[in-house]
Amino acid sequence: MATSHEHDELLVQEDQFYHEYWGDGFHEHHHGDKYQSNFITHYLFSQDHKMIAKQFLITGMFWGIIGGLMSLVFRLQLGFPEENMAWLKPILGKWITVNDGIGSLDPDFYYALVTMHGTILVFFVLTAGLSGTFSNLLIPLQLGARDMASPLLNMLSYWFFFLAGAIMFASLFLNTGPFAGGWTAYPPLSAVPEAMSGSKAGMTLWAVSLVFFVVSVLLGGINYITTVLNLRTKGMSLWRMPLTIWAFFVTAILGLLSFPVLVSAILLVVFDRSLGTSFFLNEIYIGGQAMEQVGGSPILYQHLFWFLGHPEVYIIILPAMGLVSEVLSVNSRKPIFGYQAMVLSILAIAFLSFIVWAHHMFMAGVNPFISNIFVIFTLIIAVPSAVKVFNWIATLYGGNIRFTSAMLFAIGFVSMFISGGLTGIFLGNSAIDIPMHDTYFVVAHFHIVMGVAAFFGMFAGIYHWFPKMYGRFMNDTLGKVHFWGTFVGAYMVFWPMHYMGMAGVPRRYYDFTTFDFSSYFVDTNKFITIAAIITFGFQLIFVVNFFYSIFFGKKMTDKNPWKSTTLDWTTPIKGIHGNWPHAIPEVHRWAYDYGKDGKDFIPQTEPMTEEEKAEAHH
Amino acid sequence: MTILIGILILIILGVIIVQVGKINELAAKLRGEKKARRDNNESNARLMLVFMVLFLVFCVGSAWYYKNMMLGYGPHESASLHGVELDYLFNVTLFFTGIVFVATQILLFWFAFRYREQEGRKALYMPHDNKLELIWTGIPAIVMSILVVYGLAAWNDTMADVDTKELVTGFVNAETIGKDSTYIEVEATGMQFLWVLRHPGRDGKLGERDYTLINSANPVGQVWTDPKNIDDFHMDELILPVGQKVRVRITSRDVLHNFDLPHFRVKMDAVPGFPTYFVFTPTLTTEQYRENLSRYPEWNVPADPEDPTGPKRWETFEYELACAELCGKSHYSMKKIVKIVSPEEYNEWLASMEHTSQYLREVRNKVGDPFLGRKLLIEKNIADYEKAKEEAEKTAPEPAPAPEGEPANPGDETDTEETEVEVESEEGSTETNESSDSQ
Ligand code: HEM
Ligand SMILES: [Cu+2]
Ligand SMILES: [Cu+2]
Repeated sequence: MATSHEHDELLVQEDQFYHEYWGDGFHEHHHGDKYQSNFITHYLFSQDHKMIAKQFLITGMFWGIIGGLMSLVFRLQLGFPEENMAWLKPILGKWITVNDGIGSLDPDFYYALVTMHGTILVFFVLTAGLSGTFSNLLIPLQLGARDMASPLLNMLSYWFFFLAGAIMFASLFLNTGPFAGGWTAYPPLSAVPEAMSGSKAGMTLWAVSLVFFVVSVLLGGINYITTVLNLRTKGMSLWRMPLTIWAFFVTAILGLLSFPVLVSAILLVVFDRSLGTSFFLNEIYIGGQAMEQVGGSPILYQHLFWFLGHPEVYIIILPAMGLVSEVLSVNSRKPIFGYQAMVLSILAIAFLSFIVWAHHMFMAGVNPFISNIFVIFTLIIAVPSAVKVFNWIATLYGGNIRFTSAMLFAIGFVSMFISGGLTGIFLGNSAIDIPMHDTYFVVAHFHIVMGVAAFFGMFAGIYHWFPKMYGRFMNDTLGKVHFWGTFVGAYMVFWPMHYMGMAGVPRRYYDFTTFDFSSYFVDTNKFITIAAIITFGFQLIFVVNFFYSIFFGKKMTDKNPWKSTTLDWTTPIKGIHGNWPHAIPEVHRWAYDYGKDGKDFIPQTEPMTEEEKAEAHH
Repeated sequence: MTILIGILILIILGVIIVQVGKINELAAKLRGEKKARRDNNESNARLMLVFMVLFLVFCVGSAWYYKNMMLGYGPHESASLHGVELDYLFNVTLFFTGIVFVATQILLFWFAFRYREQEGRKALYMPHDNKLELIWTGIPAIVMSILVVYGLAAWNDTMADVDTKELVTGFVNAETIGKDSTYIEVEATGMQFLWVLRHPGRDGKLGERDYTLINSANPVGQVWTDPKNIDDFHMDELILPVGQKVRVRITSRDVLHNFDLPHFRVKMDAVPGFPTYFVFTPTLTTEQYRENLSRYPEWNVPADPEDPTGPKRWETFEYELACAELCGKSHYSMKKIVKIVSPEEYNEWLASMEHTSQYLREVRNKVGDPFLGRKLLIEKNIADYEKAKEEAEKTAPEPAPAPEGEPANPGDETDTEETEVEVESEEGSTETNESSDSQ
């Protein structure tokens, strides 16, 4: 343990380090000058992690609204196939086909909407919007770093994301429509332009967009990992990091290891499309012609895709889990239960997520023997997932719970994760997956466990850290209305889909009445569509609340409004470049000393007492 | 204009939302922030409980409402041997996960309510408890192991392909029905946007194919020099004998499709260039399935609501073949009817279908017929069948036995085809039956 003299010296050294590191900018700031005065460098090409976080968040929200609206349009078609949709013609133009005076969605465009919805929500909203926002915001703040290891790469990460989004957006206006072969983009459908209208230029733009997106993820990920490994403040050992940071850290590693494989898969598809290779093509007769490309395997693509695809679902959910762990603990005024087990289960889930990918391919025509192995690993993943759930529940036990908007969403997250995780156990068992695969049961599973749960984690994070971002609070009443409406609504939308799946109704169907076995659900589909519209309406409350509160929300007067132990709440109310006006605080304990020794909370910066030290040495 | 109105409405909505939020904040100020916060906390805690109760009621209620969709009991029963096993496994899993679901949801909301903030109460400092954690790691691990063991047993049972010693057959009989050592094979080829179903004919063997030979007269690219192709015919409906093990050869000629028989719990991707297989045994004929359905009130309503005196829903029930892998614009409409019939009906149907062989229809005696001028067993068989049928018609007033009320082929076409084939086979019948089609 450093004496106080040594300690001062250390701080000085640190300041010198940052002086060299940041150049004069940081130094100037020290003397009270404005570091960044230029509008462009402040709001657009900012290298400040807090600003970049906001950029990710607001871009993510933009995409969330677009993706959500798309789902409403195709839900209208599913729920009310007989209703006239001609009123959408001013917006959708030729994609509304009018028959006998009744306008309906063109099937090609229906599939385009479904595909865009999936791609946008999975990649742009729940990957970039969630992990991008909170990794950027919290990693430096909670670790005690002035900024990310490389602010420049960080800025580039956002702008590559922006570029990816711009390209995807442009594809919406193509004459042949955006890509329509599902977010998984299985070839040959995606690799043969003749196979579908959306597989023409739409697929090309989809591919280019996603490649840029992966560049963004990788730049961000390298940065997050480096920052976590190298820029932790004094005393912040790995085992003292809040679970948020653990989650972002492991998420970044997952992304770094899996996203490149997606790029390779996409590039090979592009080669097949335009260079005449046949990585994924074999013995195809299409458009009145036998294609010359033979010898490839469409199944190979699925292996590559799901090698990313499965880790990707954890890339989405781990940050949400991290945020929820933090919010639950702070608002229960209790340490997160089983911190070590939580970290270990994040690590276990991350590791296992690389060896379960073929559970998406039980029915794809792979050797059934191989599936045995994937069943075993898949069901093993349920164990650490269960441990996390039990630990969250145990965190509530004996707490003194404050129901902030963030807390409500965190509790909602746990409920959703239970409901959706349990259906994973059905699907992970290949035998049960035979009837369930590619039915609405799967749609219910992943929307609840990933879609809704991750959104809840994100909302929890936004409500909780909004004051950190903007120095103001979001309106609490509206937040709670938003929560209850969304919570009830989301179950209304997705719960009935389980039954449709049990009846065998396949997913990605434009119309359910062709088949007798799926036509039973006319009323169900109406119900779901109405519930979806209402649930979407509740999101508008959030959007209004968000933007209103940025400018007019209740001002934050206390640096640490939630009475948190973590470092993010030791920075000034008005965020400054470099985060702390003076030396970076030192950390002396883990992040979860809530309710210890009769104290409501003990900040991480508070040195340990002699007794505590003695105990720690035990 | 509409867009403008839409925007206006949105703005008004936004203003209302903001005002609601503001009013509540103001009211809180009036009541005193502290008290308002406490009241708010209380009511949200109570809402947690209310939600818990309503949610569980909703779960049970919806399950009751959709009880007909439940697997393994009620009308949605499996019509295949392995399907029963899968349904059972589903329900075992439902049992375990159901317990966990109810327990964890109750604990979650109950704790949230029970430990709501109360003045003067201190939160419990409980960072971990190794014993508890061991228990709740151990129990899921054990349950998962049980599920894995049962699951993999069912999986490997279901997915086992036929082995090379097993015999493939065309007609079925007491020797083949219910025997694991014999199977029939049919082929399903997905294309945008329909299923081409190919029956191997009486030899039970599917002829070779080559995708470069595909054209409108040869939709799956059968190789006509392969004698096994001579008696292969295409089906408008998938017709299979009850109790007979069947191996479906599944493939595609363009993009991915998925051969999906929901009533039989059968599903397998169709991959261009890589045939896949699914082996299963139908256990209920269409008639039997309908009869089972007739026991449920939901199925005793008119099939067509406009026509209350028409047939009931159960009377019009058919098994269906669907596509379950996104394959393009009309993915949702790749429908074929599946009929499970008695072995006798099946044999009769098979005999009656021989003259529809794709080879006979499209290649026989035309330019490029590799067997031009040679006598074919199939032609004799068809002639024999016709003769027998005629005799039966003479002796009995009723026509030859056919699946009740359903001619195997739509009337008109059948008649003309039959006469065509008869002419040919009359020449052949005088010769000895030396043929390339005998296996
Ligand atoms: C308890 C652990 C889980 C298990 C055992 C599990 C198992 C499965 C299986 C076997 C499938 C494939 C179903 C099929 O296509 O037939 C699947 C689909 C999916 N799961 Fe899970 N899952 C689990 C948790 C999760 C989590 C935590 C997420 C995301 C946060 C997730 C996201 C998804 C998604 C997105 C799909 C569908 C992908 C698609 O086909 O479009 N799952 N899950
Ligand atoms: Cu997965
Ligand atoms: Cu399809």
